[in-house]
Amino acid sequence: MKVAFYPGCVSKGACPELYVSAKAIAEPLGLELKELYEAPCTGAGVLSEQNPQLADALNGLTLAMAESEGADLMTICSTCQGVLSNHNYHLKEDKERMDRANATIGDQGFTYKGTTKVKHLLWMLFEDIGIDRVKAAIKRKLTGLKIAPFYGCYILRPEESLGLKERPERKTYLQQLISLLGAEPVEYRGSTKCCGFPMLTFNRDKALAMGGNHIMEAKEKGADLLVTPCPLCHLNLDGQQPDAGRVLKKDIGVPIFHLPQLLGLAFGMDPSELRLDHHVVPTKGALEKVELKV
Amino acid sequence: MQFTIEVGRFNPEGTYAENAVPGAPFPAPWDRSPARRYQTFTVDLPEHAVVLDALIAIREYQDQSLAVRCACRSAICGSCAMWINGHANLACKSKLSAFTQDGKTRVESPPSMPIIRDLVCDMKPFWDKHLAVKPWLQNKQPVPPPNEEYRVSNAAMEELIQEVSCISCSACLMDCESFAVNPDFLGPQALAQAFRYAGDPRDAETKERLAEYSKPGGIWDCTHCYECVTQCPKGVAPLEQILKLRKMAVDAGFTDNAGTRHADAFAESVRDSGRLNELTLMPKSVGFFNIVGQIKTLPSAFNLIRAGKFPPLIHKAIPGVNRIKTIFERVGGRFK
Repeated sequence: MKVAFYPGCVSKGACPELYVSAKAIAEPLGLELKELYEAPCTGAGVLSEQNPQLADALNGLTLAMAESEGADLMTICSTCQGVLSNHNYHLKEDKERMDRANATIGDQGFTYKGTTKVKHLLWMLFEDIGIDRVKAAIKRKLTGLKIAPFYGCYILRPEESLGLKERPERKTYLQQLISLLGAEPVEYRGSTKCCGFPMLTFNRDKALAMGGNHIMEAKEKGADLLVTPCPLCHLNLDGQQPDAGRVLKKDIGVPIFHLPQLLGLAFGMDPSELRLDHHVVPTKGALEKVELKV
Repeated sequence: MQFTIEVGRFNPEGTYAENAVPGAPFPAPWDRSPARRYQTFTVDLPEHAVVLDALIAIREYQDQSLAVRCACRSAICGSCAMWINGHANLACKSKLSAFTQDGKTRVESPPSMPIIRDLVCDMKPFWDKHLAVKPWLQNKQPVPPPNEEYRVSNAAMEELIQEVSCISCSACLMDCESFAVNPDFLGPQALAQAFRYAGDPRDAETKERLAEYSKPGGIWDCTHCYECVTQCPKGVAPLEQILKLRKMAVDAGFTDNAGTRHADAFAESVRDSGRLNELTLMPKSVGFFNIVGQIKTLPSAFNLIRAGKFPPLIHKAIPGVNRIKTIFERVGGRFK
């Protein structure tokens, strides 16, 4: 299945392990990735709040690029998903906004007609690729692992533009997937909450406490690791975890996996191929539970 | 139809009753609420019944000691906001059939607010924040003569209808992620009201308001998680109002804060390269002269480098970046 692949800035920046692992799992899932190399950053909501017209034009351009590929746009980042869904929804709903965006990008070789579907890899697993195909690709059940899902705000809220009103099951895909891969999903309140990343530069200690509290809650419920479809959550939950531990005066030590890394493990790939040895919080303990080493 | 309700009860002794579990899943530093126990009741109600019907039935026919706050039963007075299955909702607007999970519905006072008794939380933090934003109009001078009212265009008021719909139930604050770790944050309800007055053409203190709201604890301390938008029973969408305030504040010149520096650094990097430059974003947002702030980020930066989680040192532009530059020239506004 061909998809217009939008990896997002962070997977090509501070989370290279996400880009590598996403590319690695494409083949077993039968995905043909047509990467949108010329698509700009979504603005991560920052540009949308300060200049909606600019954000409409930038995201309209990306949506038009996917449209000209004749494929759905696939994200691997909850934030990219949220921002692109939001602009896609409003451009389709509001003709004036669509016309204005097209007037800005029209002479750049792209005009958006409004047909692109924006889907996170997590949604595609269930809605397009199909769980039978995922099941068929599993070579190593993750039995024995207790995994806490951590969604990231922008793949859950606001519900309207993300299509969650029509498809409420999207709110439980991570739990379903964890079970499908043979592991046990951990139920905890923090799974749908904010990691704190958007506040990291404004109010550092509070942002760290926010993320740290959620990881501690999962840990107390027995989680061996957290899995997230959002690299920004990963940057806060993994990248800043030692600092969060200092703020909370607690030893946290829970590894955070990207969604494609978890899939890759279940598909029988080597942990180092998925760059699980490039995390701030060591993944060793969790991997040993399924008899793997980094 | 039989419904099972698990009610979080205030336990005055502060110890857990037999077979009870602690109220908060994890006692975060902000959780000052006393220990509670869960008591299970079964009620027989019609299929269309709401959570409040069940609570009233329990109080009237099973346990008159249950404390629950309610008045209008029509989602207009805002008295009965409480946690239902872990999220703030109005009990009078939440259908039992929709909220039954694994055969039961759990109701409790939100752990982010102090508890008075059972399902009645202390609204003091909410009203303190509400008052702090001066939720009233401050006259323009001269005021109209006594025989005439202020005239405002329909278009100007249409912008504010959403915020006027607020019923002060506190559902947004109860589920606010920033408030949960930062009791000083003004919170979604107060800031939505702040926009309602700052955005009113009759108000004379817009600039002073924006200066006040730009301080720590104000508009830039929102974490942008959309919980308030999801939980508001009246469609006020507080986050969207906070974002409007941010734009108004920046346009009015209140730019000496990490939020504005972050937006500027973000826009600059997208404009010049088509994508985010993570290497420069953090130091620029913190502010180059904020030595303490810069030092605080160093241990994490070191950890990331050691793990190999670091963006390439040479930041490359995306192919076709001129297209992006053209878009910024056309509609970039102050980011041109």
